[in-house]
Formats: sequence, C-alpha cells, structure tokens
Amino acid sequence: MMIAIINYEAGNLASVSNALKRLNEPHIITNNPDELNDSDGIIFPGVGHAEPAMASLKKNSLDQWLKKTNKPVLGICLGMQLLYESSEEGDSEGLGIIPGRLRKFDSSKEKVPHMGWNTFTDVDDSHPLVSSFNTSEYFYYVHSYFAPVNKYTLASCCYIQDFTAVVSKDNYMGAQFHPEKSGKAGALLLQNFLSYVHSGSE
Amino acid sequence: MLAKRIIPCLDIKDGRTVKGVNFEGLRDAGDPVELAKRYSDEGADELVFLDITATKEKRKTLVELVKKIALKIDIPFTVGGGISSVEQIGDLLHAGADKVSLNSAIVRNPELINKASQQFGAQCIVAAVDAKQTGDQWNVYISGGSIDTGKDALEWIKEAEERGAGEILLTSMDKDGTKSGYDLDLLNAVNSFLTIPVIASGGAGTKNHCIEAVKKGSADAVLAASIFHFQKIEIDELKRSMENEGIAVRHAVNNN
Repeated sequence: MMIAIINYEAGNLASVSNALKRLNEPHIITNNPDELNDSDGIIFPGVGHAEPAMASLKKNSLDQWLKKTNKPVLGICLGMQLLYESSEEGDSEGLGIIPGRLRKFDSSKEKVPHMGWNTFTDVDDSHPLVSSFNTSEYFYYVHSYFAPVNKYTLASCCYIQDFTAVVSKDNYMGAQFHPEKSGKAGALLLQNFLSYVHSGSE
Repeated sequence: MLAKRIIPCLDIKDGRTVKGVNFEGLRDAGDPVELAKRYSDEGADELVFLDITATKEKRKTLVELVKKIALKIDIPFTVGGGISSVEQIGDLLHAGADKVSLNSAIVRNPELINKASQQFGAQCIVAAVDAKQTGDQWNVYISGGSIDTGKDALEWIKEAEERGAGEILLTSMDKDGTKSGYDLDLLNAVNSFLTIPVIASGGAGTKNHCIEAVKKGSADAVLAASIFHFQKIEIDELKRSMENEGIAVRHAVNNN
C-alpha cells in the first residue's frame, strides 16, 4: 500500500509530504510512470500558474498517464484545476478529465486572490471523501481562478459567487483548498481519501 | 463565508523565539516549533516568523527551522526578515514556508517582487511595509524602521501590488508598541484602492482593537505579537468576541 505524490515543477510537494508524514502514511514523490503504476493512490498537488504547470506535466508525459489511470487521484488546488478542460488563466488547456472551464474571480467585487479560511455552502455527504463534513468546517484557500459548480461538484464554497470546492468524477477527486494546510479539518479530508484508497486496494 | 484571520507573529533570533514568551505547559518557551504548535492548536489561522538574525551563516539555521515548523504545523505560515534574493525565497519556500515577507529588499530593488512573483506565484509574496506619518502623508521606512526612505507609503503599496505582491503586511510605526489600537486611517487609506488582502499590524492592545481593525479599517487579517505573548489574550476568546460583533471567524475543529 503506497501513495505517490506526483513530482512536477508546480507541486507544493513538501507540504503534502509533511501532511502524509503527520498521518503516518507511507508515500513516495515521483515522476516515474513505473513507480506511479506500482502505487495505490495518487496525490496531484499544484501551486502557481496553469500554463507552465501543464507544460511541465507534458514534458514527462504525466498528462497521458493521469488521463489513463484508473487509480484514485486527488488533485489539490491547481492540481484540481488541471483536471478540467481549460482555464481562462493564459487561455490554457487542462487534462480534460472533468468537463468545465476555470474562470477568474471578478476583482472589482472583492479582493482577489480568495485567500484564507472558508466553509462549504453545500456538501454531498454521500461521497466518502466528504462524508464526515457539513458546512461548519473551515478550509484554507488561495486562488484567483475557480471551477464553476456543475454536476460533478461534491461541495461548493461561496466567495463573490458559488464555485466548486470539492469535485469527483469516476476515480478522480479534487479539492480547491489546501487540505495539507487546513488544520484538523484538512487532515480529516486527506484521511478520507487514504481510507478510500485502502478500501479499494484490499 | 471567508473568515477574518488572526495571525500571531513570532520573532526569531538564531533559531529561537525572542521576547519574554511565558506560556504555561511549554517545556521550552524559546522553541519556535513548540510555540507555533501551541498557537495553531489554540486556533491561530496563520503564523508569521520574523527572523532578526543578523549574520549570513546563521540564516542557514532559519532554513532548518522552517523545515521543522513545516513538518509539525498544519496551517499556513510566512517567513520574513532580511530576505533579499530570489534564491533565498526559493530556499525558504522549498523548505516548506507557504509565503515569504519582503520588506527593505523590495524598496531597494522593486524588481524583486516581479521576479519572485513570476517564479513562485503572487500567492506566496507578501510585501511588508513599515509606514510612519510624516506631514500629511505616510512615509516608508526600511531597515527595521531606522531609515526614512521619503517614499509615499500609499504609492509604494500600489506599486507593490502592481508588481505582483499577493498580500500587504502593513505596519503602522506610529502605533507599533503603543497598544493603543491599529492605525485605522492608514488602513482605510490603503483599502480604498487595494485589490489584494491587507494584514493590519502595529498597535494591538485589546480585543476591541482587533474588532475595530476589521470593522472600521476593513482589515482582512490582524497580526499581533505582544497581546498573545504577554497579555494572555486567548486566541479563541478573541475570536468569540469578534464573532459576537458579527465578524466571521474560524473555529478550529476539535476532534480529540
């Protein structure tokens, strides 16, 4: 049983690795497809700009690997955003796994980035990733682009408007906030993902 | 709803916290990791570590310390103090800091904001500005408040934002250390044009000062050192007072 954190240039790898260490979860950080194939669950972190992040994934053919895998994948922040089809950020292409286009927050209405702790406005607690949550827990967000709410949205958050906080399609999951920086609530979400991976690999 | 953030600030010298921190239950009150953990458990939303170590050799200690903090702490933290190059910023971020705070170096070399922001993203670049009222404007001071640059603070903050800073840490030198409240005029002046978050700093003495900074000064976050270190205002108690005033605050999950 091993978790792999995808290693590419836009990853906040140390933070995610530290969070897994705090949960005593064995893991590797890798961009090697063979090692990814040997793992049971994938964490796909990301900070920064969508365009260079996609370029970095393509360089190692990690984009193709991610599109084809049937292992549980958890995208975090930019990692979640890259699961979508495209983004207004640099008019860039995403992996196209989840339908939708990322949009930029309207900075004439509120400060952008959306930075700080926010709650869910709505959550579908039938999915194991968010089954333990309601609208009282706070998670830490830092982002200027957002995924509109669609049928794959598991939890929404409101800043300027409703957007997707947690998403799931098939074996792919994503969180717009940083669970690795969201205190106990974030640790619980990561634990939910790990439990989901464990249940599938038994 | 987006919560207003409470940010304790820890001064670090040679890898240890300075100022007379006097918490009960800490084995070692000078250990930044232990103190950070304590604040985090009490409900701090973020932490700022300000390194006041002078020498270059000892700054390596800071990177090692950042690694230790990042392993133990599960909320965001900023590291500042004497950072002057893209390389140093990279070292601290790779060690696990979420943001870096830049002060004198960006006044001397404003291009550093652009470079750092392009390389690491605006979200991790905090422009720290020490402002002091001089005549009918606020001037920017650098080198720990010892040099008046003559620069207009409002213009400088606007420039820092345009160059790619993701957040402003605004310290009122007039108010700093007075415990008479944050500089609401300065906060309002800055918030009239700023489109990125501003952290209010300097002057906190009571819970009410934090409430005012948010309600009257539109601060997105309040930073304080001594009220948490000396006066023993509990973070959770402060948050409850803020909540009673209609301010959205985060209460940490307690699943122990």
